[in-house]
Amino acid sequence: MLIRFISDYVRYVLKGGSKFYTWMGILGVFILGMLYVFYLQNTDGLIVTGMTSQIHEGLYFANLVFLVGVAAGAVTIVFPAYGYHHEGMHKVAVLGEMLAITAVIMVMMFVFAHMGRPDRLWHMIPPWGIYSFSSMLGWDVMVLTGYLFLNFVCGFYYLWCKYTGNPINYKWFLPVVWVAIVWALSIHTVTAFLISTMPARPMWHHSMMPIRFITTAFAAGPALIILAFLIIRNNTRFWIDDSVIKLLTTIVTWCLGIAIFLTLSEVVVELYARTEHANGLYYLMFGLHGLTRLVPWFWSSVVLMVGAFILFLIPRFRNDFKLLVIPCVMSFAGIWIEKGMGLIVPGFIPTPIGEVTEYYPTFVEWLMTLGIWAFGFFILTILLKGAIGILLGEVKYGGKPATAGYGAQAAAAK
Amino acid sequence: MTVTEDMNSQAGAERQDTQVPRQPAPADPSRVALKTSRRDFLKSGGMLSLSSLMGTAALMTESDDAQAAIEWAEHFQKNYRLMTPEEKAEARARLERRYSEEYGKKVTVDTTEAQPGVLMGYALNIRKCIGCRRCVHACVAENNQSRGRNRPGEKIEWIQVLRMERGKFEAEKMNHGYPEGLGIQVGGNAYTPVGQVLEGQYHYTPDLVPEKDATYMPIACMQCEKPPCVKVCPVRTTYREPDGVVVIDYNWCIGCRMCMGACPYWARRLNVTNPVLPKEEMNPVTHYLGNRPRMRGVVEKCHWCLQRTRHGRYPACVEACPVGARKFGNLLDPNSEVSLILARKNVFRLKAELNTFPKFFYFYD
Ligand code: SF4
Ligand code: SF4
Repeated sequence: MLIRFISDYVRYVLKGGSKFYTWMGILGVFILGMLYVFYLQNTDGLIVTGMTSQIHEGLYFANLVFLVGVAAGAVTIVFPAYGYHHEGMHKVAVLGEMLAITAVIMVMMFVFAHMGRPDRLWHMIPPWGIYSFSSMLGWDVMVLTGYLFLNFVCGFYYLWCKYTGNPINYKWFLPVVWVAIVWALSIHTVTAFLISTMPARPMWHHSMMPIRFITTAFAAGPALIILAFLIIRNNTRFWIDDSVIKLLTTIVTWCLGIAIFLTLSEVVVELYARTEHANGLYYLMFGLHGLTRLVPWFWSSVVLMVGAFILFLIPRFRNDFKLLVIPCVMSFAGIWIEKGMGLIVPGFIPTPIGEVTEYYPTFVEWLMTLGIWAFGFFILTILLKGAIGILLGEVKYGGKPATAGYGAQAAAAK
Repeated sequence: MTVTEDMNSQAGAERQDTQVPRQPAPADPSRVALKTSRRDFLKSGGMLSLSSLMGTAALMTESDDAQAAIEWAEHFQKNYRLMTPEEKAEARARLERRYSEEYGKKVTVDTTEAQPGVLMGYALNIRKCIGCRRCVHACVAENNQSRGRNRPGEKIEWIQVLRMERGKFEAEKMNHGYPEGLGIQVGGNAYTPVGQVLEGQYHYTPDLVPEKDATYMPIACMQCEKPPCVKVCPVRTTYREPDGVVVIDYNWCIGCRMCMGACPYWARRLNVTNPVLPKEEMNPVTHYLGNRPRMRGVVEKCHWCLQRTRHGRYPACVEACPVGARKFGNLLDPNSEVSLILARKNVFRLKAELNTFPKFFYFYD
């Protein structure tokens, strides 16, 4: 039966129109590029990236942090579905889980890209390696793996039941779902702790970090989900309720609002006293010693986030699902910048000895990043397409061998 | 004249000879033990673990892929701290063999353990430092640091001598706003602040030192008593040895760079590429946890020349300093140079507010 499930699933996903194959083909090209630069990095070393002993975490780490947020953001679907028994949400909860799975896989790929010696990553896995309870990175790996596992179990058990037509065994399913919901908060909190527990980096060393991480995650994650849902609605027979998108919009709006407020508080606290510890933020906002590379990034992120917040508040944008795309893209992009160029990189400037130095992501880094994102979309397409097929009843145990109808093909066309 | 000043006045080479007995004698029983066990091990023809089997095979067959087999075995070796004495001997033999072949000379890899009753400490006379950077060069030569010049990042120096302009008060700036450049006037600021360095500014090359309006501040790893770098390492490859030195097992580091982020003294360096270490410049006397050649993608740092200090010698930087600004010794011995300095001089540590408790002390008389 399991084999049938897998083969039906795969056969359904493989069938698609030219739109589907073009999309996957383009992604494939980027993935090949990624493999090439990964090879370069592991023969020549990280010298092919812009990272140095001064700024030793860059684009990869920034994407990693951001994507942990996206993964955690999936809980904004699952929680209303099971916590508030929101009907529309319930129907699509499994799609949120698929997104979470994808995001965690991408995070792990960024981990691989980031490590100086990815060939030694097994050192972290007992019993062959050592697991360190004092290291936040150790905890991060643990919660991420756990989250991947939980979402995999929840998501595919649900699909499996739909596929076979068996009733869901709520006795263990519900507790697992609840664990996954709480767990989602833990993953981004631990990521925040990862950097905020370093007194050597004053810019990061404050307790507001975890809550700021959660709010930005709950703005960026659902923003992406809204976009995906709008695409699914327009291209497949799978209907997603208006109420789902409305609720998600509300969540994005207010989490974005809180995130902006938290950022503002931080700016005031740091810049009013303007101690030496504010140098990182000052560099980010205005530049230091004539070095201003990050300044445009910071202000563009501010413009995007505040702009998106204002647009979300305007009913015309909020309620028109065509215009809604604009603030969603804006907040997604704004938060991506905020997490990367606006948080990770300036944490290293100036260095603990006061050295001011700049960071330029190289072509290798950009290509790697693009490739991992492409890989993410590749997986996401597969997962979503299969899931939708099952939800629509097009893939069913005992049914005819699956045929991809119009809906399925377009679902994947993104 | 105090005893300490007496010591200060001694010349470098002489001082080394006279002060050495302060350190525990390098009897090194562990080394003897290791040699026997290695012979036994070779005779018996193999150990239980996969890695040792491969290593043995390579050592005994002298085949062409010996190199490859050694690397393979190295890849699967355990964290240094968890190795049994036999495994340590084996790892050591493997490394000695590979390095010797690679650098075309007889390379030794010492595995001497920390000596009981020793807690190493360092003191630096900030008044005396003239910023000549000889300690930096001595360190690079002694510790096999990467010397590349072609691409940025190929050059690694563990010691930084920060050159800081002296701050000064200027009449024309008396009514400038504070903080500098932020225009909100809350009192004058005639003082030019010091302490900001631009990238690479510590690679200064003056004709003459000391320069008139500069002060110098040498820094390197402080071998913290509570090292934040150790706490954050996810694989425990960096740790504090019983004699107080924080070391890294370069074969176990995964290059995650958490430690670099946590270190408040910017003491760690990332090997962004294969270290550039010319054969003739390579120092063949190495320690497993010390100056043996590193590989790409791992983090490295100062370890107070374990290969020397565990045998009662001074670190290379101490020997090289022409003005005798650097002092080194056993903190548990009340008569060691460092202990005497701590007892009698004005001493401070950097970033004391972070509770890392460095064992590197700055002093002035
Ligand atoms: S100075 Fe830095 S690298 Fe050295 S022990 Fe302290 S925290 Fe670790
Ligand atoms: S870079 Fe190496 S030593 Fe540093 S924390 Fe990571 S594994 Fe540990």
